[in-house]
Amino acid sequence: MRRKINWFKYASPVSFYPLAGRMVPWCAAAAIILTVAGLYVGLFLAPPDYRQGDVYRIIFIHVPSAWMSMFIYAVMALYAVATLTLRTRLSSMMIEALAPTGALFTFIALWTGAFWGRPTWGAWWVWDARLTSELILLFIYFGYFALHGALGRDARADRASAVLVLVGVINLPIIYYSVVWWNTLHQGASVSLTSAPKMAYLMLTGMFLMSLAAWMYSITVSLVRVRCLIRQREPRVREREKAAWTQ
Amino acid sequence: MDAIVQFFEMGGYALYVWGAYGMTFALVGIEIAWLVWRSRRSRHQRVRGTEQRRPVRPQWRRQP
Repeated sequence: MRRKINWFKYASPVSFYPLAGRMVPWCAAAAIILTVAGLYVGLFLAPPDYRQGDVYRIIFIHVPSAWMSMFIYAVMALYAVATLTLRTRLSSMMIEALAPTGALFTFIALWTGAFWGRPTWGAWWVWDARLTSELILLFIYFGYFALHGALGRDARADRASAVLVLVGVINLPIIYYSVVWWNTLHQGASVSLTSAPKMAYLMLTGMFLMSLAAWMYSITVSLVRVRCLIRQREPRVREREKAAWTQ
Repeated sequence: MDAIVQFFEMGGYALYVWGAYGMTFALVGIEIAWLVWRSRRSRHQRVRGTEQRRPVRPQWRRQP
C-alpha cells in the first residue's frame, strides 16, 4: 500500500516552525563563511581594474544586493500567488518576513550604486532606466509595508497585500531588460548563462561568493523573522514554547 | 604597514569604497540587532508570569 505524500505538510505554520528553527544555524553559518570568503576574494585577491582602479570593488556589494533585491521580490510574488490561490497563512507570513530584507538590499543597491557612480560617471544619480526602475522597486516595497501595516493581519488584509505584491512584479522584467530596451548609462549584462563572461575570473568568483552569501543571509534572516511572526500569531506554538522553555 | 595603508586608501577611492561598504555593514548590523531584539521580545513575552525564568533548551517534539 503506497503512503500518500502530504505536499502541504509544511504549509502549516506549526509544522514549519521547528523546521525553520533547524535550518537557521546552518544557513547562518553558510552566510558567515561565504561572506568572509567573498570579501577575501573581492578585497584582497581580485586585482585592480585597469580603468577604474580599486573603486570597482564596490561591485562585490552592489551586484549581489541588486540581484537579491529582485530575487527576494520574485519569491514574495510566488508566495503572493500561494496566498491568493492556496489561501495558506504561512505564505503571507513569508511575504511579511522577506519584505524588510528585500527593501534593505534594494536600498543598498541604490546607495552603493551612487557611491560607484560618483567617481566613475561623475554623478551620484541619473534618471536612467535601470536606476529609476530600481528606485521604483524600493517604493513598491514601501507600498507593501504601508498597506500591510494599515490593514492589519486578517485573511483579507493578507490577500490585499498579496495583490499589491503581484501588481508590482511587472517591475522586475523592466529592471532586468532596461539596459537592453533603452539607451542607458548603466552598463549592460557582463554575466550571462549562455556565453562566456567578460570579466576577470577572480572578480567573477568574488561576485559569485558574495551573491551566495547574500542569499544565505536573506534565508537566515527571513526564517528567524517568520519564526517571530509564527510565535506572535499561532497560539499552539506559543503554548508549546512556553511549556518547553519553562520545564 | 605600507600594504595596510594602501588597502585602506583603495587607490584614492577610499571615500567611495568605504562609504559603500560601511553603509552596507551598518544596515545589515542594524537588521540583525533588530531581529535579535524582536526574537527575544517575542520569546520573553511567553515566559512572563511563570516562576522559572531560566530558559531550558527544549527538545522540540510533535504533540502525540
